[in-house]
Amino acid sequence: MEKRVIFRSAWLPYVLLLPQITITVMFFFWPAAQAVYYSFQLQDAFGMSSQFVWFENYLTLFRDSHYLSSFRVTAFFSVLVATSGILISLVLATMADSVVRGALAYKTFLIWPYAVAPAVAGVLWAFIFAPSIGIVTYFLKKFGIDWNWIINSEQAMLLVVVASVWKQISYNFLFFLAGLQSIPKSLLEAAAIDGAGPFRRFWTIVFPLLSPTTFFLLVMNIIYSFFDTFGVIDATTEGGPGDATKILVYKVYYDGVKAADLGGSSAQSVILMAIVITLTVIQFRYIERRVQY
Amino acid sequence: MTRKSLLAAFLAAAFATTAQAQTEIQWWHSMGGALGDKVNDLANKFNASQSAYKVVPSYKGSYPESMTAAIAAYRAGNAPHILQVFEVGTATMMAGKGAVVPVYKLMKDADEPFDPKAYIGPVSGYYSDSQGNMLSFPFNSSTVVFYINHDAYKKAGLDPAKPPKTWKEFNAAAEKLKAAGQQCVYTTGWPSWMHIENFSAWHNVPIGTKENGMAGMDTVFQVNSPLHVRHVAMLGDMAKKGLLTYAGRRNQAEAKFASGECAMLTSSTGAQANIRRTAKFGWSVNMIPYHDDVKGAPQNSIIGGASLWVMGGKTNNAYKGVARFFAFLSKPEVQMDWHVSTGYVPITKAAYDLTRKSGFYDKNPGADIAIKQLMNKPPTANSKGLRFGNFVQGREVIEEEMEAVIMGKKEAKPAMDEAVRRGNEILRKFQAANKG
Repeated sequence: MEKRVIFRSAWLPYVLLLPQITITVMFFFWPAAQAVYYSFQLQDAFGMSSQFVWFENYLTLFRDSHYLSSFRVTAFFSVLVATSGILISLVLATMADSVVRGALAYKTFLIWPYAVAPAVAGVLWAFIFAPSIGIVTYFLKKFGIDWNWIINSEQAMLLVVVASVWKQISYNFLFFLAGLQSIPKSLLEAAAIDGAGPFRRFWTIVFPLLSPTTFFLLVMNIIYSFFDTFGVIDATTEGGPGDATKILVYKVYYDGVKAADLGGSSAQSVILMAIVITLTVIQFRYIERRVQY
Repeated sequence: MTRKSLLAAFLAAAFATTAQAQTEIQWWHSMGGALGDKVNDLANKFNASQSAYKVVPSYKGSYPESMTAAIAAYRAGNAPHILQVFEVGTATMMAGKGAVVPVYKLMKDADEPFDPKAYIGPVSGYYSDSQGNMLSFPFNSSTVVFYINHDAYKKAGLDPAKPPKTWKEFNAAAEKLKAAGQQCVYTTGWPSWMHIENFSAWHNVPIGTKENGMAGMDTVFQVNSPLHVRHVAMLGDMAKKGLLTYAGRRNQAEAKFASGECAMLTSSTGAQANIRRTAKFGWSVNMIPYHDDVKGAPQNSIIGGASLWVMGGKTNNAYKGVARFFAFLSKPEVQMDWHVSTGYVPITKAAYDLTRKSGFYDKNPGADIAIKQLMNKPPTANSKGLRFGNFVQGREVIEEEMEAVIMGKKEAKPAMDEAVRRGNEILRKFQAANKG
């Protein structure tokens, strides 16, 4: 049974909600509304003149084959980031959970990268893999691998995925660890007595019980790879080579901030917003039903 | 209260009023590091030379960042007085009528001397409108030059005193360097600026119609001409043979040359200061190669760098101060100091003559290659510069397509056709947004 608090006063609940609503309106709805407004405008850089152009900005985007390829790049990128990020941290969390000695140290080190800003993470990995001075590049050369992500699109994609995943593992790890620790030990012990091995225990007990966490992380990781990876990309490949790592949010930034094309950039953010809304709705409506809470 | 402290208070108040009477002039720029110190030095010298105005320089990040910041500030009503804008932002600034005050008008209104003819042709042409009025104040100009590593040349049995003049000789030298075991033979900074924009000017072919966009906004790109395609195909070919190591869209290539990793480099004259500091080998600055079967080549190269724009909506008094500051910056000795200490090219003829007489070029061979290249021949409609709307995006499109060729994913012809098609869409959008 849910607990319900009954407010006698008609206005008190609204007053209590007001600070949160104000913040949401100011920082979420208002900018979103402005993006929608600007996406129908054609403006010069200084805002001296603006024309209402209906859907011209959107039509221009969909006529551009490179914008469409940016969707492919984004989809590929976010699937890679979300799945590998979740898998790796699940493995790490399971292992950290079973460690008896020095558990705190392991956990601290695993959580550490979360404190690093995406841009810093990008710079870090860019240095390690830098085409002429990177330490990994140096060793790869010994194995006969020519590592230059500046002009090799597959390597560029690999670099941004690795940097983004590394950054997100701590977050996933924390949630998985909390999830694992809330699984009653008695269940696992009972299964062990019945003769279930570690793998069987994991697949039949732990994994199903973790599914709410996994689902939540799936949503968060997709959103992360859509938006927050911007810093990683800006600090490393800047969308290149060609447009191999130009994900949607990076193009929004480039066109709007660097190229002063407000209309086109706003139209892209509106599309991006629509995609994320749709994805979230789908995830909650269809996938959530199969998740056991 | 003693009489002394009363007096002190009185004096403090008096100073406060004089400080208020001084008009502050905000100057936003993108000169980091040693260049930023030099900018502060210029402002300090001007401030010390008079008391009515105080120029306050502030570093606002990279060129695109400071331009974005100034545009946002203008929209919010608190733009700086002076803004340093890189060359590809020129068209955007020019189209912002009302948002900017043309420099020729500013100087005329303030009765300050200003002679566009004092500047070398490729500089004044770049920043003037079709009537020959200079709209912004040239500040730091550079161009592309060709660097070679003498030690690598000698190791490959090449004579460093005879650097390749043509692309044919260049390829022959590259093959020899490769055969001698050179890992990275050639790399380039600023691929579009070097291999499309300067390449076109150097061979006297247009980058776009309407005098490279200078005669009107209804310009279209022409970088898919047979000569352009041939050159980009040559780059793709060199990459395939391992003669070209691509290093990125900005100046990342310069470090590869300075460290000795790459034997040849085409990049900005601005790279010299760093190479001089880090290179542990003999090197020289040379003119960029050309295709010798093209008639009239080499023509002259074009500039990069930035100019100072005056933003609109300020008081007349402040504009007088800006004009005085510009008059100060125009002095030959100030110009020479800037050229010598930064490595940017001298932008006035007087500054060039003064530097030559000072013996600087005899002590620093190659420091005058850039200006010789810029003044190689009087600029033509194809070589006085370019003005394409939203060229930040346009250049990016060109570079994306060049990268596709260098990666071996596209042939040169379809890539350059695509660059023209995509570039023209950007131009049309800019034209539509700025027709008012």
